[in-house]
Amino acid sequence: MDNKVIDTAVRQIVVFRVGQEEYGVDIQKVSIIEKMMGIARVPTTPAFILGVVNLRGEIIPVLDLRLRFDMPSREPDDDTRIIIFRMGEISLGMLVDMVSEVHQMKGTDIESVTSITNDRSLDYITGVGKMDGRLVTLLNVEKLITDLGVAV
Amino acid sequence: MDMNQYLDIFVEESRENLQNLNTSLLELERDPGAKQMLSDIFRVAHTLKGMSGTMGYTRMQKLTHVMEDVLDALRTGKLQANAVIVDVLFQCLDALENYVNQVVASGNEGSEEYAGIISALTAIMQGGSGQTAVSEKTAHPAVAKTVEAEGVLPLNVYDVNVLGKALESGMNVLQIRVTLDKGCLLKAARSFIIFQILERNSEIIKAEPKVEDIEDEKFDDHFTVITVSKEPPAFFDKEINSVAEVTDVKVIAITANMLVGTETVDRTAIGGKTSVVTDVAALEEGAAKSAATGETAKGKAQKTGKTVRVDIDRLDVLMNLVSELIIIKTRLDDVKGNDVLGESVEYLERITTSLHDAVMKVRMVPVETVFNRFPRMIRDVARDLEKDVELHMSGEETELDRTVIDEIGDPLIHILRNSADHGLETRDERLSAGKSVTGNIWLRAYQDGNNVVIEVEDDGKGVNVAKVRQKIVERGLESREMAASLSEKEVIEFLFKPSFSTVDKVTDLSGRGVGLDVVKTKIEALGGLVELESRWGLGSKTVIRLPLTLAIIQALLVRIGDEKYAIPLGSIREIDNIAPTDIQLVRNQEVIMLRNAVIPIVRLDKLLGVRGAVPDAKKKQLTVVIVRKGDKLSGFVVDGLIGQHEIVIKSLGKLLAGVRWIAGATILGDGNVALIVDVNSLAL
Repeated sequence: MDNKVIDTAVRQIVVFRVGQEEYGVDIQKVSIIEKMMGIARVPTTPAFILGVVNLRGEIIPVLDLRLRFDMPSREPDDDTRIIIFRMGEISLGMLVDMVSEVHQMKGTDIESVTSITNDRSLDYITGVGKMDGRLVTLLNVEKLITDLGVAV
Repeated sequence: MDMNQYLDIFVEESRENLQNLNTSLLELERDPGAKQMLSDIFRVAHTLKGMSGTMGYTRMQKLTHVMEDVLDALRTGKLQANAVIVDVLFQCLDALENYVNQVVASGNEGSEEYAGIISALTAIMQGGSGQTAVSEKTAHPAVAKTVEAEGVLPLNVYDVNVLGKALESGMNVLQIRVTLDKGCLLKAARSFIIFQILERNSEIIKAEPKVEDIEDEKFDDHFTVITVSKEPPAFFDKEINSVAEVTDVKVIAITANMLVGTETVDRTAIGGKTSVVTDVAALEEGAAKSAATGETAKGKAQKTGKTVRVDIDRLDVLMNLVSELIIIKTRLDDVKGNDVLGESVEYLERITTSLHDAVMKVRMVPVETVFNRFPRMIRDVARDLEKDVELHMSGEETELDRTVIDEIGDPLIHILRNSADHGLETRDERLSAGKSVTGNIWLRAYQDGNNVVIEVEDDGKGVNVAKVRQKIVERGLESREMAASLSEKEVIEFLFKPSFSTVDKVTDLSGRGVGLDVVKTKIEALGGLVELESRWGLGSKTVIRLPLTLAIIQALLVRIGDEKYAIPLGSIREIDNIAPTDIQLVRNQEVIMLRNAVIPIVRLDKLLGVRGAVPDAKKKQLTVVIVRKGDKLSGFVVDGLIGQHEIVIKSLGKLLAGVRWIAGATILGDGNVALIVDVNSLAL
């Protein structure tokens, strides 16, 4: 994902909520959004890996964004969703509190994160998008996984 | 059309041909007089030449060409095969293999010329006979003569009209008949190149057989086109002749008079046939012709055997679908309520089982595909080591799932090299031990129930148990007393430990410390077992046991705490209920006594970190699943048994690959996921 170029091209962002904050990911990366389903825990993995789910015959690992962002976990409810990402050979599900909308965002609405912080541990954030006065943190899913690859 | 689509075919067929060549050369080495073998080798070399030429790999073509010269001289008796010639031919083979590998890696043949080999071949030719130039003639058997004189293609009124107009406007109307080499393998590719030339310089009005048929290789060895062009006949003659494997090009300039002629030909055809319109008659004739060519193509296919090449990925898709079907069947099994549904489910079960078997069979590959490279390897190894080694193979037809086949090559190479290098003695040693000079290695494969067994046995010196024992102490793996008390079998097992090599001399072939441990790891990763039996002075035998398939297995579903896990049935020996007080502590390890055997206990709930596990104190009885790892047993403590199921093994995906204790996942009837425990890593 290119986070440097300031352009006017419109991109579609899937906006979802974890805790009080709103996050967004490029819709290109999203394969499908599922309701909560049975998750089988996988031993010897970090706590934020909830386990694996069966998505129509395919086994897909699911990570809990709350735990990933050091927030307390919470009981899944009707709004809980698993966003399934597909990047090349890797598939990954992400548990979020709710998916609110798909928002069209212009390049100019997105502020690069490097101007806000230099914290290396935040490099999974590609930028902050402005949306009708709200702020949406845009995530780089690949970075969240590379992180994971090291952690596992 | 694009050349790339032929690349896979080229690579695959080249490999096949090279393998054949390899086998034939080995045969030739054994019996230099075998004329039949020589013809076979020649044919394969010729095919390779044709194929590489077609693909435009000129260096490869050049090498095969020179090679063919020598083979032809051998075949016709101008040269006599000897060790030197066979050696050079083997070098050629290696060079060709390199070319093919290069093609796979980079899409082109690279720039290596192998001038040394070519000059060696040329030297052989000159030494053997002065007539080097024979080959070109044999390479292109005289096809030109067979081309019969032919008139103009039958044309319909519309064609005649178009051509007539073209002639009027001063264009050339040409009928071009192209004959390809009989041995041409990628006829479609060739004709594609020719059509490119034609399309660049002219407009094609008619083709016989039809263009689509030509693209599908539905023609014998020649095709005819009628084109309209500004270029003179000689231009096409030259251009098309420059394409490789074209044996003959006939260009006829069609004149207005000739057009009148064809129309009358057509008319007479109608006259003979009753009242059909001209176009239809022409069409019918065309159809009849293409049907005839189609027939010959079919006939050829029949001869080459009734096989279809299928992309492995497609088979995997099919396999996945069948797996899905089995899962959903299991689910139906759980919900079946009334009799009618129950009956249907039972019927469905029979079908899915047969379907599963059928798909598995499709995925089965004979071990021959792995075995066939070993004779050559042993030959080379024997040469390097200056030993006489004979490899006896049996059971090559035994079939294994292709996922297993892909993986067993390397371990087998390792074991075979070990046998040749460390197992078999030198010539002198063998003689003084009263053995025949030639050492023997047996490679056997056979099916044993749901397993395939592969054995590598040699009649060499076997494992020096005393030496291994000494080494165990030296390496500090066991105390002197412990080492002395180990049984022979236990001592031999140490050979599979990482970095344990008993050979003092490190050779190029083996003995660098990376050895049997790698073999063991690999085989175990495949769900198999490896054992070594040895008798000092008489030889040793490595036995590899592999599961027939990795995709669908029988498993025991167990409950541990709140979670469900699957244990492959193949590794379960028995299930016992014991009292918690039966567990004793030996050297800080929980064990139980079962029929006088001490069996270590594995607490799955602790290792897997399961929540909600029932503590021993609350249970009157513990359920222990006794599993087998090699010939050792371990007891897995579980909270409950759910039952035996046919499960489909799924990988946890790239992200979670290599997770400890877990071999994979499977989908249960209710759609939930259960993990499959990795018995080999969990067992003690």
